[in-house]
Amino acid sequence: MYAYDELDRTLLHERVSEFRDQVKRRLSGELTEDEFKMLRLQNGVYLQLHAYMFRVAIPYGTLSSQQLRALAKVARRYDRGYGHFTTRQNIQYNWIKLSELPDALADLAEVGIHAMQTSGNNTRNVTSDQWAGVAPGEVDDPRIWSELLRQYTTLHPEFSFLPRKFKIAITASAHDRAAIKIHDIGLRLHKNEAGELGFEVLVGGGLGRTPFIAKTIKQFVHRRDILSYVEAIMRVYNQYGRRDNIYKARIKILVHELGIDKFAGEVEEEWRHIRDSALAVEDAAIDEIRARFTYPTYEKQPHMPDELKQAAHDPLFERWRRNSVFTHKVQGYSIVTISLKPVGAPPGDATADQMDVLADIAERYSFGEIRVGHEQNLALPHVAKRDLPALWKALDRIGLATPNVNLVSDIIACPGLDYCALANARSIPIAQELTRRFANHDTADLIGRLHINISGCINACGHHHVGHIGILGVEKNGEEFYQITIGGRADEQAEMGTLIGPAVPYAEVADVVEDIVEAYLALRDSGEELFVDTVKRLGVEPFRERVYATR
Amino acid sequence: MTSPLQQKIRITGPSVVTANRTSDGVVIWRTGSKGWSTDLTEAAVVRTAEAARELLAEASNDDLGAIGPYIAPVEIKDDGKVMPGNLRERIRVKGITIELPLPA
Repeated sequence: MYAYDELDRTLLHERVSEFRDQVKRRLSGELTEDEFKMLRLQNGVYLQLHAYMFRVAIPYGTLSSQQLRALAKVARRYDRGYGHFTTRQNIQYNWIKLSELPDALADLAEVGIHAMQTSGNNTRNVTSDQWAGVAPGEVDDPRIWSELLRQYTTLHPEFSFLPRKFKIAITASAHDRAAIKIHDIGLRLHKNEAGELGFEVLVGGGLGRTPFIAKTIKQFVHRRDILSYVEAIMRVYNQYGRRDNIYKARIKILVHELGIDKFAGEVEEEWRHIRDSALAVEDAAIDEIRARFTYPTYEKQPHMPDELKQAAHDPLFERWRRNSVFTHKVQGYSIVTISLKPVGAPPGDATADQMDVLADIAERYSFGEIRVGHEQNLALPHVAKRDLPALWKALDRIGLATPNVNLVSDIIACPGLDYCALANARSIPIAQELTRRFANHDTADLIGRLHINISGCINACGHHHVGHIGILGVEKNGEEFYQITIGGRADEQAEMGTLIGPAVPYAEVADVVEDIVEAYLALRDSGEELFVDTVKRLGVEPFRERVYATR
Repeated sequence: MTSPLQQKIRITGPSVVTANRTSDGVVIWRTGSKGWSTDLTEAAVVRTAEAARELLAEASNDDLGAIGPYIAPVEIKDDGKVMPGNLRERIRVKGITIELPLPA
C-alpha cells in the first residue's frame, strides 16, 4: 500500500472544502448549471438517466481494507447500498444526491480517496496490472511508476484542459493484464540489453467510435526520461489535437492522421527541449516513492501445506482453486481473483455488506490489501496457501466464490441504458441472461477461456471491440439491436474483433452467443485451442454461417 | 449552449419536457403550471413544434430547479393516460429493468 504524505492529505481536504462551497453555490442559484458542470465533472460527478453518478478513483486499482470500508460506507449512507467497479479500476455510485456529495467526498478523504480527474478532459486515473508487485516475472512494481505519474498528472495546470480525456496504463509483465494497447499512452516496463529499466511507450490506442490499437512510438525510454517523454507526447497532443470536433479529439485520431512516424518526430523535437529539465526522474525520487509503499512481511511457507492437501478432496473447493487462484512470486502464497460475476448478477457490482466483509477477509488473509482489475473483478494479492480453504468458505458465505474467472460468464459490461444517459441499449440484462445460459460450471470449463464484453453504445465503456465475443447495443427504429463481433482481445496481442453480420434483436442475443460457442466447440482443433485462437485460425465465416444460416 | 428559442425543434407526436432535479437528479416533467412534477401524468403535453419550443424555453429558465431539460415523446392511450414514448423514457419513468443487488 502507498501511504499519502501531508501534502496529499492537505490537497484532498482542501479539495473537499472547495467542492462543498461550489455545491452550496449551485444549490443556492449563485452558479448556473453551465458554470457548475465543469466543476462537478472535475470531481467525478455525472448526470445519468435517474440520478447523479459519482465516480471515485482507485489509483492503479489498489485499496486498503480501511478504504474498502469507506467505499462501503458511502454506498450505504449516500447511495442504495452497492457500488459498481469499472473497467478503469474505479468505483461508481448510481444514486447519489448532489446535496450529499460533499459529505461523501469528506468521508472518502479521511482514508485518502478522492474523485479528482475521474471525468473531464484531463489525465484520468492511471491504471495498472491488478497483480502488480506480486506477479511472477515482473521486472518492477508498476505501481511505483503509476504513482509517479499520478503525482505528476494530478491537477497539472498544463494538462487540465486537454482536447479530450487522456488515459494511461502501465504493465510490467509479459502478459498484459492492464490492456495497455487500448490506452492513449500504454507503458510497458522492461529492461534493455544493458539491463537498464525503462519503458516501451505505446501511443494512440483507444476504443469508442473510432477504435485503434496503440502503436509503439519508442521501444525503450530510460526510466530517468519517462516523465519528460510523456510530457512531450502530451504537449504535442495538446497543441495539435482537435478541439473543433469531439469525435476526432482523442490522441488516437491525431496519431492516425499524422502517422506514427510524423507524430514521433514531433514528440522527439519537443522532447529535445525538456529531456534534461526538472522532469528528469532521479533514482532518489523513485526510491522515495518506493519507500512509501508497504510490502507484506511474508513468512516461509510450504509449497503444498496440509490444509490445501486436505481441502483438495472437496471438488467444489478444487474447482474454485483451479479457476480463481494464481501463482504468486513468493512460494507458499497465492493471488486470488474474486469474481464479481455471480450468476444472474450485474457484472462488477458489490453490495456495501459484501465490501465490509471483504475488508475483514482482506485483513485476515491478504495483509489488508485488495485490488481492482479492469475486468471488473477484485483480487487479494497476498494469500497464504494454507488459508485458501478458509478464504473460499468465507467468500462463499457472501456469494463471491463463483468459479468463473476468465470463463464465458466472466463478462465485462457497461451500465448500459438501465443507467447511462449516453446508451442506446441495455447491457446488464444481456449479461445476466448469458450468465444464466452458461451457469453450468462443467460446460464453462469445457469451453475454456472466453471473454464476452458488452457495451450499450459506441462509446465502448464495456470494451466490446476487444472482447473475444463483443456485443454492441444499437438502436433501430426505437428497438434494441446488438452487433456481434468475434476475435477481439485486450492483452499483449490486442486486436479488434470482426463483425459477423447484421445486428440481432435483444431477445436473440443469448441464442446467438450460444450458437457461436457451439460452433467453436465443433471447430476447435483440440480442447487446448482457445476460442480466440480458433477464430484467428478460421476467420469469422464459419461462425457467421452458423449464426445466420437459420436466421 | 444554444437557446431553446433558437433551436430547430421537430416533434412527431405528443411530447413533454423532461429534466432531472438539481438537488438529487430525480427525473421530473414540466407541468402546465410552470412547475415540475415527478409524475409523468402531471406533465404538460404539447402537440406542435411551436408549443414544444415555448414549453422548453420556459422550462429552461428554471436553471435552479432542473438540469438539462429536453423534449421527449409520449403516447396518449385511449383512456387519455400519458405514457413514455420510447424505451429510454420508459426506463426513466419505471426505473432500471433489473433488480438492485441484494445485500449479502
